[in-house]
Amino acid sequence: MKYITTIGLEVHAQVRTASKMFDGCSADYAGKAPNTSVSVVSMALPGSLPVANQRAIELAALTGLAINCTVNHHSVFSRKSYPYPDLPKGYQITQFDEPLCSEGWIEVSSESGETRRIGIERLHIEEDTGRLVHASDDSSLIDYNRSGVPLMEIVSKPDINSPEEARRYFQKLRQILLWIGVNSGNMEEGALRCDANVSVRPEGQVQFGTKVEIKNMNSFRAVERALVYEVQRQTSLLEAGGTIAQETRGWNDAKGVTEGQRSKEGSHDYRYFPEPDLPPLVFDDAWVSARRAELPELPDARRARFERDYGLSYQDADLLTIERPVADYYEAAVAAAQSVGGSARDVANWVTGELFRLLNDTGEDYSRMAERMLPQHIASVIELLAKGSINRTVAKQVFEESFASGGDPAQIVADKGLTQISDSGALAALAREVLANNPKAVEEYRKGKTSAVQFLVGQVMRATKGQANPQTAREVLEAELNV
Amino acid sequence: MTELHNLTVTEARAALDAGDITAVALTEALLARIAALEPTIHAFLAVTGEQALAQARAADAARGQPGNGPMHGIPIAIKDVLCTEGVPTTCGSRILEGFTPPYDATVVARLKQGGAVLLGKVNCDEFAMGSSTENSAYGVTTNPWDTSRVPGGSSGGSAAAVAARQAPASLGTDTGGSIRLPAAFCGISGIKPTYGRVSRYGLVAYGSSLDQIGPMAWTVADLAMVLQVIAGHDQLDSTSMTTPVPDYRAALTGDIRGLRVGVPQEYFVEGMEPGVEHAVRTAIQTLRDMGAELVEVSLPHTRYALPTYYIIAPAEASANLARYDGVRFGPRVPGDSMWEEIERTRGTLFGAEVRRRIMLGTYALSAGYYDAYYKRAQQVRTLIRRDFQTVFEQVDVLAAPTAPTVAFPIGQKMDDPLAMYLTDVCTLPINLAGVPGLVVPCGFSANLPVGLQLIGKPFDESTLLRVGEAYQRQTDWHTRRPGI
Repeated sequence: MKYITTIGLEVHAQVRTASKMFDGCSADYAGKAPNTSVSVVSMALPGSLPVANQRAIELAALTGLAINCTVNHHSVFSRKSYPYPDLPKGYQITQFDEPLCSEGWIEVSSESGETRRIGIERLHIEEDTGRLVHASDDSSLIDYNRSGVPLMEIVSKPDINSPEEARRYFQKLRQILLWIGVNSGNMEEGALRCDANVSVRPEGQVQFGTKVEIKNMNSFRAVERALVYEVQRQTSLLEAGGTIAQETRGWNDAKGVTEGQRSKEGSHDYRYFPEPDLPPLVFDDAWVSARRAELPELPDARRARFERDYGLSYQDADLLTIERPVADYYEAAVAAAQSVGGSARDVANWVTGELFRLLNDTGEDYSRMAERMLPQHIASVIELLAKGSINRTVAKQVFEESFASGGDPAQIVADKGLTQISDSGALAALAREVLANNPKAVEEYRKGKTSAVQFLVGQVMRATKGQANPQTAREVLEAELNV
Repeated sequence: MTELHNLTVTEARAALDAGDITAVALTEALLARIAALEPTIHAFLAVTGEQALAQARAADAARGQPGNGPMHGIPIAIKDVLCTEGVPTTCGSRILEGFTPPYDATVVARLKQGGAVLLGKVNCDEFAMGSSTENSAYGVTTNPWDTSRVPGGSSGGSAAAVAARQAPASLGTDTGGSIRLPAAFCGISGIKPTYGRVSRYGLVAYGSSLDQIGPMAWTVADLAMVLQVIAGHDQLDSTSMTTPVPDYRAALTGDIRGLRVGVPQEYFVEGMEPGVEHAVRTAIQTLRDMGAELVEVSLPHTRYALPTYYIIAPAEASANLARYDGVRFGPRVPGDSMWEEIERTRGTLFGAEVRRRIMLGTYALSAGYYDAYYKRAQQVRTLIRRDFQTVFEQVDVLAAPTAPTVAFPIGQKMDDPLAMYLTDVCTLPINLAGVPGLVVPCGFSANLPVGLQLIGKPFDESTLLRVGEAYQRQTDWHTRRPGI
């Protein structure tokens, strides 16, 4: 029997703000000693009160707009009660029945470039918890630095059909969050996290199967692997005549399995009720318009524009819009190249070819590419090549040097004497020398094997360390051979 | 001259300004009075004598400087649910025994900034849950008029300290009547301002949508002086409003001619003590004699206020008190595991009434019960609020009893929570509506004080204070002192 897979993802993304969600204390806790980025509010001392972070709300609304949600004119903070020491108030301030944003979608492309729209149920704003660390002596330690960091929860509709699509949805969402600058995208540090709800049902059955929640997936790969495993597990169970228990399972990356998580209280009753310490959020059209005005051109739109305006292939345009700094870099380089007669496609080839290779080889972050190599320097390489000052082989060498040293390609060419030798007079003596040293090839040529000249051109190139203009070298050689 | 501890805030202000007394002398007199009467009254949980004297010296040094506020150099006692930097704040609970906040509540900071002298922290029902101060884990405070009786609650320490002349003024908090009831029981004045008028930052939360801080003192003029200092918007409390704070003392014109005073029939409840009703009705006649126009009015949803309150306040409390787990502050009862420690800490260190309300509130918010209880209570609250909106289209203020009885004997209602809850039947609706309520002494029943409750429009404390102060020009109940 065939089974249909249904997946919904809940993504938690920290909002990049200077201060925490409900007080002025610093939200930048990365690398800080435990409990040094805290306040009376984030420690929930008696008498402390929350004050909502305006910027965090603006950025969450901006995110909602980027994923095609409606920003609600009226939304409400609620208290979600559950006892755990990493939650110092004993409740989390979140949003429940009236979230900040609802009803959006993003488009997810498959390997073949086919796109599908995945619905977004809601985006709401809440606060992160502290971190509980279990010490070796069986005691528990708590670090409240993360407590109160602004968090968005983005809940998809159960529109995802496969583990691969789930991974691609999550990647797409991360791309958008990074693009608009609301999240660091750092999954290792937990700035971006993902839980999944997954069920399977026999083909033909209308009703969804029993839903299992999967937690603890800390990478894109983990999301896909965990879901592949879980779909397989559920399918096998159903095929064996078993039933699926509604439960929460954790992904064990080392073992490659999902494992049932023992819950002390069984199912939690969160006892949501409206947060009396915070008034409802009320926004008019002007406020929403102001958020929309902050929205940059998004990756899909920019990719389409690159295809249209620069004549790029889908693949190249997609690569060049992977992150916003890459797209910005590309367009800066295009502008520089076009001013010296280069083309947008030349730039795309250099960026997706040499530059990406060098970035990958050096482990450099794509967002820092402009610091490694000025966009003007790409234009400069293209210009040197177009003018015939250097040939393609030297161009790659100069590009690499410019990337390594940050130097101006024209300067590198000048300093190292890499200018192409296109003067036939200068090459004639060398050509005669090559002919003298390679009598066998000369003989073959004269017997009618004209392709032997290729070998001889190669010898001239070698002797000039690649600087000879290969066309000129060939002409000079042929002239000498035909004397 | 009268003994310094007997001075009202207004009298002390005049004496300080005239240079007749010093803040240090006043503070020393009150510290001596506190020491003398504490064995009998037990109003204080902490006396900060050294700090008070230092503040008094600073006030004396700055005497006469321009910009000194109305409380400059004047001692005041602070209810122990208000955070005070460096001074223990227990909320009358074992679970906060030894807890010393690293910050001041906004009201405390404003008093300090205004040059007030903080005498110490005063007793209350645990987490402000109660009507008698008997729920304090640190012993009951007695009523200075009759030390076998309760001072009312939950701000019983705040009321008793003033009535016993241990402090000329105090701060209390009021979630369902906790300023007004003890003010009435102890024969002093007290005001619960409009919800949002005074910052709650640093007030240890009980019922967050109901809690409000207010002053308690002998006279309405005294209240105006304290309120002037503590009222106003605070960025740290999102529920505090930006409505401008008027000059409250300027509002005390003594003239209430033409003022429309509503008399809500529902507040003269069945079972009300005849002596209480007589005193209140006489006070209302006095207002008419002073030129006010009396209007019989109805607040039809009054009888739903008590059940509504006992869903909303405990529901909020059940979340507000979730943070007391012994992990970050307060004592911890050892156990074999983290969860056992938390359960033991909460099970052992919270008192019975607090545990009762946490359970009530948890139940009211539970899945399957939320709609029937919490949601329904919020709907009824809206109706109660509308009652007041409607009636304030007809009248300027309401005049009503504060409680059906005078102060009752210690222990009388401790085994009967419902009887205890009924003590607040006349004060709870005001918190649910969020409007301000003022209590002034208006006579005696069986030699125990009775309080008249005046209820005002939102953010119209000025009118309330004007009526109360005018009444005190006509009467002398506020000048009566217990024999202690």
